[in-house]
Amino acid sequence: MSDTLSSGAKAGRWLERHLPKIVVSPLFALSLFFVYGFIAWTAYISMTPSGVMPNYEFQGLAQYGRLWATPRWYVAIKNLFVFSVLFIAISMTIGILLAVLLDQRVRAEGLIRTIYLYPMALSFIVTGTVWKWILNPGLGVERLMREAGFENFRFDWLVNSDYAIYTLVIAAVWQSSGYAMALFLAGLRSVDDEILKAANVDGASAWKTYTSIVLPILRPVFLSTVIILSHLAIKSFDLVVALTGGGPGYATDMPATFMYAFAFQRSELGVAAASATMMLMTITAIIVPYLYSELRKTGS
Amino acid sequence: MRGALFAVLGLFCLYYLIPLIVMISTSLKSLAEIREGTLLSLPRDVTFDAWAKAWESACVGVRCDGLRPFMWNSVAMTVPAVLLSTALGAINGYALTKWRFPGADWIFALILFGAFIPFQVVLLPMARTLGQLGLAGSVPGLILVHTVYGLAFTTLFFRNFFVGVSDGIVQAAQIDGAGFFGIFFRIVLPMSIPAIVVTVIWQFTQIWNDFLFGVAFTIGDSNPVTVALNNVVNTSTGVKEYNVDMAAAIIAALPTMLVYVVAGAYFVRGLSAGAVKG
Repeated sequence: MSDTLSSGAKAGRWLERHLPKIVVSPLFALSLFFVYGFIAWTAYISMTPSGVMPNYEFQGLAQYGRLWATPRWYVAIKNLFVFSVLFIAISMTIGILLAVLLDQRVRAEGLIRTIYLYPMALSFIVTGTVWKWILNPGLGVERLMREAGFENFRFDWLVNSDYAIYTLVIAAVWQSSGYAMALFLAGLRSVDDEILKAANVDGASAWKTYTSIVLPILRPVFLSTVIILSHLAIKSFDLVVALTGGGPGYATDMPATFMYAFAFQRSELGVAAASATMMLMTITAIIVPYLYSELRKTGS
Repeated sequence: MRGALFAVLGLFCLYYLIPLIVMISTSLKSLAEIREGTLLSLPRDVTFDAWAKAWESACVGVRCDGLRPFMWNSVAMTVPAVLLSTALGAINGYALTKWRFPGADWIFALILFGAFIPFQVVLLPMARTLGQLGLAGSVPGLILVHTVYGLAFTTLFFRNFFVGVSDGIVQAAQIDGAGFFGIFFRIVLPMSIPAIVVTVIWQFTQIWNDFLFGVAFTIGDSNPVTVALNNVVNTSTGVKEYNVDMAAAIIAALPTMLVYVVAGAYFVRGLSAGAVKG
């Protein structure tokens, strides 16, 4: 009797001791399967001759050869580069400017901040829809300027293959620059007041205080903002679909829309998997060092 | 100086607000009035016809019931996915920070990476897996997808919150004989209300606004509202009804806008937690 009791108690204690692991295991297993297992599947498919249906015969890097021989892929890469550079640079500039201005003990700060940040709550599809209307070549900004007296004003970027990519920048900056502002403002607020007071006592001008003291302290915030924005840029899919549909032609294709088109419309699984793997490798190269340094800082 | 400051801040307020104003004012105009006026001209004869049409009779593909059925799809998808991913993230974050076992940090790092992958890399195998589970093209399928891929974010939020909670509280409760779940439900969870609110709001906006999974894994009747909106706006047949497009866009955006207006401060906290910072 006492034997079974003690073994029952032992099992209970064993369970209690291992409960955290038992709780985490299934969740970790989900992540292993749906993240790492799926990545492995996609990476493997990218090395097979899969077309409409998966074909598990290994053939090496031939699909990557086909991918990099596809002109449309170069358009997508170039677009991603142009879009990311402009989107990040402009969003950061607006973000810092607004954060510094809002940091000057402004009345109604809460209200202003709410206005700057609300686009972030919208779906990119909504953003794309409204900017598609504003940039409408016949009835949008063009009409507005002509009515205002500029009769020869032309604004057809949305349907011009050389300029359509910039309409994506315009809409994305509108949606995300408030986010950059919020990150910088949080950073500014965490700067020690004593440092600012000391600079003030030393007779440093406001401009000098910001450029030579505050902004250098904010270096980590710069880094995380760049990382977050580039992450958003590489993943951008919804906005392209809603605003330009990747067009005219495929002039505004990005890697994300390229992958989707090859996977679901053209049924070239191998090329689609190869492009997805390229995207993953790009993001991994940016994110992993960042996560590593962040976790080392916050981890105990 | 002060005046210039307010002028700049005010100009930027206009910059962010004008698209919203254009959206609302266009949705209240008739098509004839849209063709006569400009973006910024306010509606002369306010009409809600475009709203009525967007809600119950605009054509999404071949079906002309407006956005209403798709709004319900989004609700049916978002509510369970938000609750599930938040609950699982809370218990996961708790186990990983307050009951640190060997390898816990590695497990966290591996789970966290899932928050940053481009989802293109899981689209193809996910489509096959959903097919094998019999969930292809269905709302329950989307709930599964959003729960699984939301887990990385929710674990991150709760982990960052629990790192700041003193280990002493847990140890004291352990000495009093409380177990893993006892401490979680009676002590840790009541303290975590702010983290729960941040996580729920973040997940709600993310899942409601999702387009990629919706368009890749659902067809026709089970589309979430973002996909339906895109179909309304980008159909190439018939007369372009800009007022209906704008009304539809506002309807699709309303739930997240409402959450943002009511709980904006928490939304901001969620955004900065997204920067991995605690």
